[in-house]
Amino acid sequence: MDLHDLTAGYALDALDPGERERYEEHLATCEPCREEFQGFWQVSGSLGRAAGGPMPPASLRERILEQARSERPNVVPLRRRVAAPVLSSAAAVAAVVAVALGIWSLGLSNDLDEANSVLDVLGDPNARVHETADGEANLVVTPTGRAALVVRRLAPAPAGRDYEIWVFDRGIPHRAGLFERPGVAMLSRRVARGQRVAVTLEADGGVEAPTGPTLFSAPTA
Amino acid sequence: MARRRDHAHLSDEALVALVSRSDESALAELYDRVGGSAYGLAYRVLRDEALAEDAVQEAFLALWRSAGSFIPERAKAATWILTLVHRRAVDLVRREQRRRAEPLESAPEPATASAEEAAWLRLDRERVQGALAQLPDQQREAIELAYYGGYTQSQLAERLGEPLGTIKSRMFSGLTRLRELLGGDINDSGTERTAWTSTT
Repeated sequence: MDLHDLTAGYALDALDPGERERYEEHLATCEPCREEFQGFWQVSGSLGRAAGGPMPPASLRERILEQARSERPNVVPLRRRVAAPVLSSAAAVAAVVAVALGIWSLGLSNDLDEANSVLDVLGDPNARVHETADGEANLVVTPTGRAALVVRRLAPAPAGRDYEIWVFDRGIPHRAGLFERPGVAMLSRRVARGQRVAVTLEADGGVEAPTGPTLFSAPTA
Repeated sequence: MARRRDHAHLSDEALVALVSRSDESALAELYDRVGGSAYGLAYRVLRDEALAEDAVQEAFLALWRSAGSFIPERAKAATWILTLVHRRAVDLVRREQRRRAEPLESAPEPATASAEEAAWLRLDRERVQGALAQLPDQQREAIELAYYGGYTQSQLAERLGEPLGTIKSRMFSGLTRLRELLGGDINDSGTERTAWTSTT
């Protein structure tokens, strides 16, 4: 399959989940496709605004705002991570991810259901949101324990290293996925109440047990 | 609709920056600006009020929970929000198998929003419909079925009895033509809106 010719389908949201994911990975490395996508994306945005349709009921606005209000996360103190410069070229990365909706997951979504699930988790009205003390990351956990880590500010992992996510269950770490840069990482493991989620910087491809210092962590109690 | 005047002068992008700092009134202002189109879009895809509300709610919650982290500086916030809503809607429509017999049928006319909002939406809609009308039928069909009908390109190939490559090239040619037709006029920034209202 030639990924270059999926740009129009991607802009129209007309790809299968597997294709969508492969295309987003491709987009991250293909400048011509990004440029083409930017143009098509503006068009699909226009199609969106021009869809017509009825106005929403006033109750929808209240429902959304009420839910947002209820989610001022508890602030939990934690060790400050080693200062890493905010990537000034975040815009460059982001341009990519404008696209991929900034959703970054690495090596954990062979399961096609997972590929679709980032928005499921982030948009779940019943999810709980936990924020790290410095506000650098949010952990969003659905009632069934599916979880996404929203990383706001973090230097991209150096060459040969990955950030690894851990779920600590009674002090025992379990691997929960890898990511390389700020964005949204899906956890490959469900998170239960009382467990703690933490991130360390590890060797490329991850390790069996955390070796690096905890960069940030969020309890879920 | 109570609009927060202290935020009314801000760009969508500035509002997103505030949302990322958990500013609820910025979220409210963004909803007031984009919520109507978002719901209309979700409804057109889903043809179901409850599901359309879900799609919009989920997209705004995703925005609220993640804002600063993934809206790039150069992206238009409104386009981004509509992208999220649309993706939610097509995911839901595929999941629910709520395929309607006539996905091309136009949605009902918008009910009353604020007069300004309604006028704006109508103008935008007419412009895009005008551009769509200039496309060859097969290109328009492919784009409308995909975007408003929620069909994947594989489903379209099957439904229309055409090779997948043909569907892809219709989408590509159609979008390319639309981009030309809509030209520099398709930005969704407040500047366009201001420019338009000031000439009224």
